[in-house]
Amino acid sequence: MCLAVPGKVLEVEDTGSNRLAKVQFGGITRQAYLDFVPEAGVGDYVIVHVGFAISRVDAEEAARTYELLEQMEMLAEEGPA
Amino acid sequence: MKYIDEYRDPKIAEALVRKLQRQVTRPWVLMEICGGQTHTLMRYGIDELIPRQIELVHGPGCPVCVTPLEVVDKAIEIAARPEVIFVSYGDMLRVPGSRSDLFRVKAEGGDVRIAYTPMDALKIARANPGRRVVFFAIGFETTAPANAMAVWQAKREGLANFSLLVSHVLVPPAIRMLLESPANRVQGFIAPGHVCTVMGYRQYEDLAARYRVPFVVGGFEPVDLLESISMLVAQLEEGRAEVENQYARAVSREGNAPAQRLIGDVFEEADRKWRGIGPIPRSGWRLRPEFDAWNAEKVFGIPEKDVPEPPECISALVLQGLKKPLDCPAFGAGCTPERPLGAPMVSGEGACAAYYRYKTHGAPGASA
Amino acid sequence: MSIFTCPLPLPARDRILLGHGSGGKLSAELMRDIFLPALSNPMLDRLDDQAVFAAGGVRLAMTTDSFVVKPLFFRGGDIGSLAVHGTVNDLAMGGATPLYLSAAFILEEGLAMDTLRRVTESLAQAAREAGVRVITGDTKVVEKGSGDGLFINTTGIGLVPERVELSADRAKPGDAVILSGSIGEHGIAILAEREGLEFETPVGSDSAALHTLVAEMLAAARGIRCLRDPTRGGVSSTLNEIARQSKVSIRIEERAITVRPEVQGACELLGLDPLYVANEGKLIAIVDPAQAEAVVSAMRRHPLGEGAGIIGSVGDGPPGLVTIRTALGTVRIVDMLSGDQLPRIC
Repeated sequence: MCLAVPGKVLEVEDTGSNRLAKVQFGGITRQAYLDFVPEAGVGDYVIVHVGFAISRVDAEEAARTYELLEQMEMLAEEGPA
Repeated sequence: MKYIDEYRDPKIAEALVRKLQRQVTRPWVLMEICGGQTHTLMRYGIDELIPRQIELVHGPGCPVCVTPLEVVDKAIEIAARPEVIFVSYGDMLRVPGSRSDLFRVKAEGGDVRIAYTPMDALKIARANPGRRVVFFAIGFETTAPANAMAVWQAKREGLANFSLLVSHVLVPPAIRMLLESPANRVQGFIAPGHVCTVMGYRQYEDLAARYRVPFVVGGFEPVDLLESISMLVAQLEEGRAEVENQYARAVSREGNAPAQRLIGDVFEEADRKWRGIGPIPRSGWRLRPEFDAWNAEKVFGIPEKDVPEPPECISALVLQGLKKPLDCPAFGAGCTPERPLGAPMVSGEGACAAYYRYKTHGAPGASA
Repeated sequence: MSIFTCPLPLPARDRILLGHGSGGKLSAELMRDIFLPALSNPMLDRLDDQAVFAAGGVRLAMTTDSFVVKPLFFRGGDIGSLAVHGTVNDLAMGGATPLYLSAAFILEEGLAMDTLRRVTESLAQAAREAGVRVITGDTKVVEKGSGDGLFINTTGIGLVPERVELSADRAKPGDAVILSGSIGEHGIAILAEREGLEFETPVGSDSAALHTLVAEMLAAARGIRCLRDPTRGGVSSTLNEIARQSKVSIRIEERAITVRPEVQGACELLGLDPLYVANEGKLIAIVDPAQAEAVVSAMRRHPLGEGAGIIGSVGDGPPGLVTIRTALGTVRIVDMLSGDQLPRIC
């Protein structure tokens, strides 16, 4: 229901009323508001929906779970289970 | 793109499909709530990859689709006024009301604009003090923080020419309605990952316990969905009914506290009618009374009325997962994305539009 | 159940919507319901991008196109250069060597003179680079509010060599489908500057004149059956038109299609599918399979064809059916664009 896309925070500025960031999505950059993710800073990945970051990507959690997926793939390649 | 491309890896997808084939011993009916997930399932043909015993039915999680006719008609009425600049998310423009849609209002001279974020509607209001700027604030919980921020800032600035036409809906009451229905066939749910980034998943723990049905909070890429399906099947095969989190890289149990605080400041719970489904108690948000001066329904004083839906559209059954789009006699014939009869054909995320785009060949009865 | 009976009549469509100009299904309906019934003749009925005819002992191609792009200036081009490239390419897709263009300007009262000067200079430069001359023209001014600054129409005439027979109805089962490079750059460059969507992208429109690339291709192989440039409606709409007019099916491979990171990023963000996004400097060729490699090699030697490759093949499945094999190995339908592609937000 809700198209939200992960992007990398490149710059952050405080406009007085909002926390505004320049966020990179693949080959483009766009402004996004960081008001709801005070913990996110430059270099973090955030998930952006209608111009607002609604979550900071937990890089460690992502790495851990992705490693499990890759291991499963390698096991699958080694032969029938 | 990081956090997207790796979750489209064909090898991992294939390994997950093989795992599913080992896991399944009998038929299961699963529902993905969210239209974004329906879109991914169709776009990648995931329903063809997974074992035949697993049936995926598509839920009501398309905010454009479930926005009731009455509200679309109100939007059209407001947008047609000469003093109004009506600003909307793009996919809402094609949604038919009972007689027209916002594209037609634009064709007839209405000032209807597309915005990517409600903050752009605020900018339009500041730049056009002589006009009244109305933002069509639809959506599920995911979109509420942005819509809330726009109206909260308008109030703080005293921006008198800005208002919101709100039609916010909530996922847990809709799931409760589905589970209470005697016709329900759904045995496990993929919970909507982006709704849960905002709200967390504690509400789903209550549902899982009360109805003995498992939930997996799922992401939006093919690998996310295959893993979510696998986690659900594991629970079902083992007789568990818990809430598990596949989308842990983005979702925590508690959700986004600052966003929830602002939502609480701006919105309050309300009964809502869902297009194609009907009224569901306490299934939506409306603006709190202290925002009356920024509430388009109050500002424009449009009277309430009840609008019947086209009788041949079976979207009620589709949105509840009781029928597939291809079961509808109007599908592809009287109802196409160019001339939609029902909401699920309108948005790219609607189940009927996803089927039309990826499963048929633009003609009734044709299939790939 | 009563809900299965008695469909309502479709709502009458009594007005033009923006979607009628998007190159998709609504545009096709206009052709079918309004233009063809009134204007039908064998040359028009082929619905190619240009008409080819014999006059005075030579074969000529003729085409016309109007340009209504907003904004007028975008990264990688402007309405002036686009008005040359678009018409030159429509001639080139018929195998023609472009010779002459007309240029008609419709100007809105109040347009800045400097804007008109910049657009005209750009148009002139693009024409010089393409080796065509603008030999006739027209200017009209409409009242403020009746136009969007500046519209341009160009008509082109070109020479078609003997034996060159290119048409969208000539694809045969077994033919190779060739695409000249990465997709979606023009549409994304335009979207990047649309009010309300602004994003920063390092790469601009792919707008370019393709006739020298076409000349190399025609010199390399006789077995080219059809050329089309996938402009409005993107690759998907062009393939659907070819499949429909040739009464064949087409299958393409998702992996063989290149999407640059800036196009992917914008498409993810706005919920768009690159297969439906416009190009202004790419072409699709339907080629005898025995000569496909030769055509690809010739294309890769040309700067505008460096990214050329075979993306699929023509089949004998249901006529008009276009399918894609996804990265996951599944197959789904690629339909024509229906209405304007809207940013999908929720």
